[in-house]
Amino acid sequence: MSTTDTSAPEGKTVTQKKEITPRQALIKRALKNRNLMVSGGILLLIVLIAIFAPLLAPHDPYKQNLLARMVRPAFMGGDSKHLLGTDALGRDMLSRLLYGARVSLGVGLLATLMSGIIGTTMGLLAGYFGGRIDQVVQFLINVRLALPAILVALACVSLFGGSITVVTITLGLLLWDRFAVVIRAATMQLRNMEYVAAAEVLGARMPRILRKDILPNVTSQLVVIASLEMASAIMLEAGLSFLGLGVQPPTPSWGLMISEGKEMLLFESWLITIPGICLFVLVFAINVFGDGIRDISSPEGRN
Amino acid sequence: MSDTQDTVLSIRNLTIDLPEGGDRPHAVENLNLDVKRNEIVCIVGESGSGKSITSFTTMGLLPRVLKPSQGEVLFEGTDVLKLSDKQHSKLRGNRMAMIFQEPMSALNPCYTVGDQIEEVFATHSSMTKSERRARTIKLLDEVHLPEPERIYHSFPHQLSGGQRQRIVIAIALAMDPALLIADEPTTALDVTTQAQILSLFKQLKETHSAGIMFVTHDFDVVAEIADRVVVMQKGLVVEQGTADEVLNRPKHPYTRQLIDAVPRRTREAPPSIEGNEVVMKVVALEKTFHTSRTLFAPARTVKAVQDVNLTIRKGETLGIVGESGSGKSTLVRCLIRLTDIDDGAVWIGGKEFSRVPRGQLHDWRKKIQIIFQDPYGSLNPRRTIGDQLVEGPVNFGVPRKVAMQKARELLRIVRMEQDALHRYPNQFSGGQRQRICIARALMVEPEILIADESVSALDVSVQKEVLNLLAEIKEEMGLTMLFITHDLRVAAQVSDNIVVMNKGQIVERGNADQVFSNPQNDYTKKLLAAMPGQGWEVPDIAALERAGA
Repeated sequence: MSTTDTSAPEGKTVTQKKEITPRQALIKRALKNRNLMVSGGILLLIVLIAIFAPLLAPHDPYKQNLLARMVRPAFMGGDSKHLLGTDALGRDMLSRLLYGARVSLGVGLLATLMSGIIGTTMGLLAGYFGGRIDQVVQFLINVRLALPAILVALACVSLFGGSITVVTITLGLLLWDRFAVVIRAATMQLRNMEYVAAAEVLGARMPRILRKDILPNVTSQLVVIASLEMASAIMLEAGLSFLGLGVQPPTPSWGLMISEGKEMLLFESWLITIPGICLFVLVFAINVFGDGIRDISSPEGRN
Repeated sequence: MSDTQDTVLSIRNLTIDLPEGGDRPHAVENLNLDVKRNEIVCIVGESGSGKSITSFTTMGLLPRVLKPSQGEVLFEGTDVLKLSDKQHSKLRGNRMAMIFQEPMSALNPCYTVGDQIEEVFATHSSMTKSERRARTIKLLDEVHLPEPERIYHSFPHQLSGGQRQRIVIAIALAMDPALLIADEPTTALDVTTQAQILSLFKQLKETHSAGIMFVTHDFDVVAEIADRVVVMQKGLVVEQGTADEVLNRPKHPYTRQLIDAVPRRTREAPPSIEGNEVVMKVVALEKTFHTSRTLFAPARTVKAVQDVNLTIRKGETLGIVGESGSGKSTLVRCLIRLTDIDDGAVWIGGKEFSRVPRGQLHDWRKKIQIIFQDPYGSLNPRRTIGDQLVEGPVNFGVPRKVAMQKARELLRIVRMEQDALHRYPNQFSGGQRQRICIARALMVEPEILIADESVSALDVSVQKEVLNLLAEIKEEMGLTMLFITHDLRVAAQVSDNIVVMNKGQIVERGNADQVFSNPQNDYTKKLLAAMPGQGWEVPDIAALERAGA
């Protein structure tokens, strides 16, 4: 064979023998998993909406029209010009929701990525080396767990001012505890596996062992925590915005929209329910998706 | 078989279907089997032969996906297949009882041993608390547990493996069952413990006049206790008869193959290695483990390895024999430097391996490789076989392409298909995985190969295959081998020289013949005496085949 990458060319020869490559098998399992397909579909839809919001939005999300305040959605007797009605300042709800998806997804993804990297690194090192390093990491985890996330986030945001950047970074620096705890425990367990000892005996150095032998075997845990944390980051952002300390108006954010609608809760409840439903669907889809990924990718699921 | 009075269990034409997509349509097919009073019937077969399914069916513990489609299981005249769950559970633990393989997981760690035995009485009888207690103490005494009163109040984790298995047996015996089913009850135990448990079974057969169905894969155990033997292969009974018939005059080719795979106690004289250069030298190796004091337990020091001296010459196979806790695994970890030693030295080819600084260790790793015990835990489930095979050479700077070529070559040597390279470990059986591990260790062309209980987890015939493969490869590549095992038979078969370890120390050493025929140390004598199947001279299968053909 003339390539260094083994999977591509040899994959073909295997296919000729009516064998399926691991990747094909993975795709096949994914297609069979209904939860994964449905939640994946919803997520894909939301991502596409966020990307193509400028093309999809029927109106300018920032444009106020005080003459058309709180127009009801079309299905509640409003007109078809504003499908989901308008808010207290006469801005089109649908357009604001479409743009708001960007904030929710962006904050969720970036904050999870940041905390995932921090937490996983800490967990891997603590679990692999144990001893002093483990003690330090455990101390940090305990310190972090002793601080209520929402309180710290509130403090940071009020110190540095509310903006998407500040909210994202604050959440990213706050939500790593679960990653660290779970990955540390999983690594400690894997550390004693014979294949890790075998890799060591075969001359693999520490970073390589972590990357090749430990990290791939904690991915199922990683995916599940990431989905939980992403959902919780989105909720926290919404919460902060709701409290007026997160994303600042007039930027459209689902949390902010809920906050803005709260004064009219008793009179025009759809102002809150529509962004609320969006938030619920997104968070739910992320959780189900995480579970699905774990199910299809774990070695026990293979056959 | 004619006297129904004496027949406890009679299985007739039993067929159990496997769910679709299995490797065969039936888990068990057309099974006929009788167990009488005062009789031990051994069911022998390799993993997947349907022997456990048979015992589960009788106990009514079959997984839901498996359904008996035909036949009957007559227990004292009633067909248990027709019983409802409730009726069946009245029999279980009462008239029929089961002993499992793993004594650790068969007992509940949250209750004392006494409570767990008494529970049987509480379920199946209307004894008072004090009666139950008296009976329990009597049972503990009957299974030869020391200080029954103390054991009564112990938790499972405070007892040794052998003691736990005795508790499980006591629970099974509680209601004086007519049928006792034992599923590999001694497989997880050390030789000396196994010998005690086996003699306990022989006694029970007499004292309780029960029928015992004993599932095992080990022909030496069969030789030790069986009255009658049933040999199963792929769900079919291929041979059954009295112990004497099956063991000494096996008729079916599969039985012959299995008996032929039983490790022989002798081997032909090994080529002399006296003058060869010394490859590895271990001098006064010490390793002690300390656990620091906690709130609940005082500090402890365990001397895992004490004053071990070894000299291994090129081409030699050194067997290190010891029971669990003898320090042999710690010794291995010290030799390959997965653990640092406390004192002493390990010399490999004129270099003090044990003193090589961590940073340079990399370059010396190549010389010594290891094959681990557990074929399931020693391969990374997330990496393809090819990726894991090239790991070693790639770490030592060989280009991936060249390493892949070598991986192919080695797969051929260990008799595996080339397409294994792109598969994941879970697609292979235990024996295949162990061959992959051998290939992986050989990828870096080591001088010394350590086999740490490498065949213990395998079926007899697979075990034989792997042992032969190792012997061949050793010859071909001029390897030096350290063979660590708890199984004296295997050690006798492969080793030139043997050291026996007990409690971290070497208690006996010498060439294999010498150690086996004329042991000096008391512990070695005890080990040898505990080997099952002593009275059985394994028949010469080749001669039988010639006579039969």
